[in-house]
Amino acid sequence: MKSGTMRADLGVAIFVLVLAGLIFFGAVSIAQTPMYAAISAKFVPYLCALLLAVLGGFLMLDALRGGWSRHLPDADGAALNWTSFSLLVAGAVANMALIGTLGFVISASIQFVLTARAFGSQKLLRDVLIGCAITLGAYLGFDRGLGVNIGAGILEGLI
Amino acid sequence: MDTFNNLMHGFSVALTPFNLLWALLGCFLGTAIGVLPGIGPALAIALLLPITYQVSATGAFILFCGVFYGAMYGGSTTSILINTPGESGSIITALEGNKMARNGRAGPALATAAIGSFVAGTIGTLGVSFLGPIVVELALKLGPAEYFSLMVLCFVTVSAVLGSSAVRGLVSLVFGIFLGLVGIDRQTGQQRFTFGIPELLDGVNVVLVAVALFAVAETLYLALHWRSGQEEILPVRGKLWLSRSDWRRSLFPWLRGAAIGFPFGVMPAGGTEMPTMLSYYAERKLSKHPEEFGTTGAIEGVAGPEAANNAAAAGILVPMLTLGLPTSATAAIMLSAFQSYGIQPGPLLFTSQPELVWGLIASLYIANVMLLVMNLPLVGLWVKILHIPTPLLYGGILVFATIGTYGISNSVVDLFLLYGIGLIGMLMKKFDFPVAPVVIGMILGPMAEESMRQAMTISQGDWSTFVTRPISLVILLIALVALAGPKLWVMMQRRVAIP
Repeated sequence: MKSGTMRADLGVAIFVLVLAGLIFFGAVSIAQTPMYAAISAKFVPYLCALLLAVLGGFLMLDALRGGWSRHLPDADGAALNWTSFSLLVAGAVANMALIGTLGFVISASIQFVLTARAFGSQKLLRDVLIGCAITLGAYLGFDRGLGVNIGAGILEGLI
Repeated sequence: MDTFNNLMHGFSVALTPFNLLWALLGCFLGTAIGVLPGIGPALAIALLLPITYQVSATGAFILFCGVFYGAMYGGSTTSILINTPGESGSIITALEGNKMARNGRAGPALATAAIGSFVAGTIGTLGVSFLGPIVVELALKLGPAEYFSLMVLCFVTVSAVLGSSAVRGLVSLVFGIFLGLVGIDRQTGQQRFTFGIPELLDGVNVVLVAVALFAVAETLYLALHWRSGQEEILPVRGKLWLSRSDWRRSLFPWLRGAAIGFPFGVMPAGGTEMPTMLSYYAERKLSKHPEEFGTTGAIEGVAGPEAANNAAAAGILVPMLTLGLPTSATAAIMLSAFQSYGIQPGPLLFTSQPELVWGLIASLYIANVMLLVMNLPLVGLWVKILHIPTPLLYGGILVFATIGTYGISNSVVDLFLLYGIGLIGMLMKKFDFPVAPVVIGMILGPMAEESMRQAMTISQGDWSTFVTRPISLVILLIALVALAGPKLWVMMQRRVAIP
């Protein structure tokens, strides 16, 4: 178990270092302008890359010494619930895929039902009804009430 | 008595029917948000930001501050009744409060939390009223170099001093600053990190990041660790009032809590966790009933920390209103609301927007009274909110997350970013990286860059301006001590211990 958290911590350190590298290359590719500036637009990006590289180095050292995650209360080795997680992600993906065509009320209701299922709900009918009620209420409140444009859709066109 | 006159004027603004309604709505929403575990005031205010298009600035800020104060009150109810803090400032309250509830003293625990919140909230608001103008006087003497140094100090304290690891806190901060860089540079007009995606030209939206980190990340994390089985919600037993001895035992912890909490909020030390913890340890030391701590539940251990978190919340408003410096994630989001009104927060706010500032401060006094009423006689209502089944709660949170994000520009790219950053946030939570510095870095980063450029323009490109101006130097030295001090202290201790 210990080596597992250590490997994960190493992964985090590498991720931070990679991010530092990406920011560095992103900063290099910022276009030069002839405009004078005491501090160019590249300065803070380079600084961020440098800081992240140094901090990533510290994380790497920490990880090589055994890592920090093993001291967390989370590290008791409890199994992760991938079923719940997948249902939740499925809800998010469904929402992203459908919101453009079916509209907010339907797609967010589908996400609501899948999320409720992810957290162990077995009452499908109740979830559908409550989901529709919440999304409709939220749509009316935000879109019609506050003027936040949440897009058009099938149901939205009817009200 | 200038402050007094201003305050009277403020009350004339705050007592208009509409502003009273905003305060009432804010307190109501805030208490609900505070009661519900997993969501806090930063998320709530982020989702409410769209009202800035419709409502006057004064009304909006009265609403936001009602939410902010309300969350501090509501969080204690959850801590006491189900041992899960409803809000990060109430973590400590759960220690003693839940034990009291288990021993049939939920009533007095709730009462001392609510009355203590009122006492400390009012003391804190008095502090804002009288300290605010003084800080403004000082702040008007500061130039861009000093501002930049102040922001550096703020960066250090919110990321490196609080939390379990300075390195991980700073990683969060730099990540936030990086997110703040995306888009068109305000000064030179150059594109930074836009990767040719037109949606990114305006930068990454703060609402999106706040919703991703505070709602999506939390939900993903919970799903990944989900176990079926309901938490036990303790019934409210015992009279909802304090006995004579409860009053006696609560009074000084309230005052001490307020005295600890307020300065912590004012200093750019950020957050409400630290002062609540300090207050708890102080009360445990000073209590005449130490045997009750951790066993049957000591009322001092609820009274002190609950007072401390409310006073700290009031204190956080001082640097936000007078300097435009956010020292907590919630304050950072409120600051972005100022930006959407085109109002420059900072020392000039008190003279350029007296209606707003003093109306807001006056409404804080009113909000405290409203919240006391809401949280004592009406506590049954909030207990009902606790009975909302978890599946529906998180389903609802994601619905609102979609609104907050998709409403920005009806773009699926934003939803991708939402879940992408949410996933990063979940990993951050898993690996113990704090998320609040991300939001603060994102808001404060561009402001710091601007101050740095102004200072460098004034000094004609001379870097030494930050260390040759005495105030700036002192602030930077404090930041250095805050960053390196704890490590040096440990090293010195070791050196003394070895021989």
